[in-house]
Amino acid sequence: MNNSTSTGTAMASASAASYLEFEKPLYRIHLEIEQLERDQLDGGRDFSKDLKDLRQRLKQMTKRLYSHLTAWETVLVARHPQRPLSPHYLGTMVRDFCEIHGDRLYGDDKAIITGFGRIGPHKVIVIGHNKGRDTSERIACNFGCAHPEGYRKALRAMKMAEKFGLPVVCLIDTQGAYPGIGAEERGISSAIAVNLREMSRLKTPIVCCVIGEGGSGGALGIGVGDRVAMFEHSFYSVISPEGCAAILWRTGEQRKLAAESLKLTAKDLMRLNIIDSVIKEPMGGAHRDPMATAASLEKYFTDSLRDLKRYKVDTLLRKRYERIRGLGSFFEKASENAKEPVESKPRSPSASDSKISVKSGSRSMTGMKRSSQPAS
Amino acid sequence: MIDRSERIDVPKGKWDRCEGCGHMLFHRELQENLFTCPKCDHHRRINARTRIEQLCDPESFEEFLKDLVPTDPLKFKDRVPYSERIKAQQDKTGETEAVVVGKAYIRGRPVILAVMNPAFIMASMGSVVGEKITSAIERATDEALPFVMVAASGGARMQEGMVSLMQMARTSAALARFDDAGGLYIVVCTDPTTAGVAASFASLGDLILAEPKAMVGFAGPRVIANTVKQELPEGFQSSEFMLEHGFVDRIVSRTDLRKEIGRIIDYCGK
Ligand SMILES: [Zn+2]
Repeated sequence: MNNSTSTGTAMASASAASYLEFEKPLYRIHLEIEQLERDQLDGGRDFSKDLKDLRQRLKQMTKRLYSHLTAWETVLVARHPQRPLSPHYLGTMVRDFCEIHGDRLYGDDKAIITGFGRIGPHKVIVIGHNKGRDTSERIACNFGCAHPEGYRKALRAMKMAEKFGLPVVCLIDTQGAYPGIGAEERGISSAIAVNLREMSRLKTPIVCCVIGEGGSGGALGIGVGDRVAMFEHSFYSVISPEGCAAILWRTGEQRKLAAESLKLTAKDLMRLNIIDSVIKEPMGGAHRDPMATAASLEKYFTDSLRDLKRYKVDTLLRKRYERIRGLGSFFEKASENAKEPVESKPRSPSASDSKISVKSGSRSMTGMKRSSQPAS
Repeated sequence: MIDRSERIDVPKGKWDRCEGCGHMLFHRELQENLFTCPKCDHHRRINARTRIEQLCDPESFEEFLKDLVPTDPLKFKDRVPYSERIKAQQDKTGETEAVVVGKAYIRGRPVILAVMNPAFIMASMGSVVGEKITSAIERATDEALPFVMVAASGGARMQEGMVSLMQMARTSAALARFDDAGGLYIVVCTDPTTAGVAASFASLGDLILAEPKAMVGFAGPRVIANTVKQELPEGFQSSEFMLEHGFVDRIVSRTDLRKEIGRIIDYCGK
């Protein structure tokens, strides 16, 4: 890890803006602490004991609040204005990052960053959405909503990874692909579709993590691989809760209900067998300790790549196909006992054990739950 | 994604008004013209069975995976529980789901065929749709047959959430293997081919045909208009638009589809 700070770090001094609507109780304690600290400075009286108690209370309350986030609260945390973005991980988890630009066809889409770098002992190609931190950066990268050239740049980087035997690491953080005229003209459907097909057969390991927002096809466009993880308070959904509410309930007001119904949290998606791991976040969310968050992610990628590199390419691709083939497989046969769902073959022998591996109270990330002996 | 319960080729009386030009047509004439208007060439949406009848050699279609039905993995309930929506659609259409797959002959050439059914929740893609299409592709790979996909879809089946999104990955992965095996994949985009279906298997054909004036595109036009805050160009997200921008090979009238598919198979099939 190098310590170069980047756009992602924050929270040294929390302000009202860093507290979300549902964190009001936390903010009140925070204000009390600030007041006492000022009083202590001004009046010279010693409040150290009260301060200690207050800080303890703040910690406990944060812990309690974050151990039972609703789906909608998770969405808010995942979209937190100070949540670490891809550039944060590129500056901390990735060493010696060397960005490459352009799709060699049309342009360079800043909504997706690609480049070489090292994660732990592994030389890799990194691909990540960038939502942008300040206003000008956000506008330059369309708030992380990529155009076809972004997906094609990602594919170009992946093909290069394949050619030179580097694994691919993807950081997913987008509301979705950019819904615009140019995107349609330049074939956004085709660009995403081609990535899905090519990622399923790329002859090098691919590991993905949803670091913030996993928005539908725009997320999946760099989200097919051997392993897919999500941060504890990230979300991944086929449609935004707001969009879903507008269509199904005919009102955006039902976004909380929509968020709940869509089963978009890491925990839910683990249960549905759609992701492989949940990576623990620091107490109170990634934005409260971006460096620790990056360390967890680094460990996840380092461990996953070590496992995956042991497979021969044929085995890797066979396992990847089986994994993808088993995703979202829920159906039953009308002619048979309607009560017994035919969930097609489990993705691996260990698919049934401990799917949910979020453990509380530690900063360490969850272990790889799937056994990973090379099969050939 | 959107359940516009539109009337799809179930005209009652003898006469029918063309949705394109308003011309009154004798129903029999419309049917003989494969539900396209002889005056303005408007292509009416047709259900999967009608399509199969039009496309395949008589009696040649042999359906598989007919009995797969959706479960309700999310236990989803909006204004109506998902399970009830499904039941209502099944009763309305007489189909179990939004795609029909099987083996067929088109002008004497054997193919694996998948036809999406816009009459069933606008052919939105859930787990069963994904499973049937993936299995059909695997079958085409095993039997070394061309795979023909008549695509139509409003997009993801929202009520299946992420389960729905994963169907894009499954179908595309199966197509990668089919491609590796040298299989010929022909897509026919029909009205509407959008969103998750457009951004997966419908865009991966070796050849991509489209019926005239079908809506073909990724994002919903209203979403785009709200984002870019400008009027959308005339003919935006149509078959013709996709042809102009290089994402469709040929626009083919419904009445020529059999001939065109047969011809492509003769050039590329094995
Ligand atoms: Zn007409």
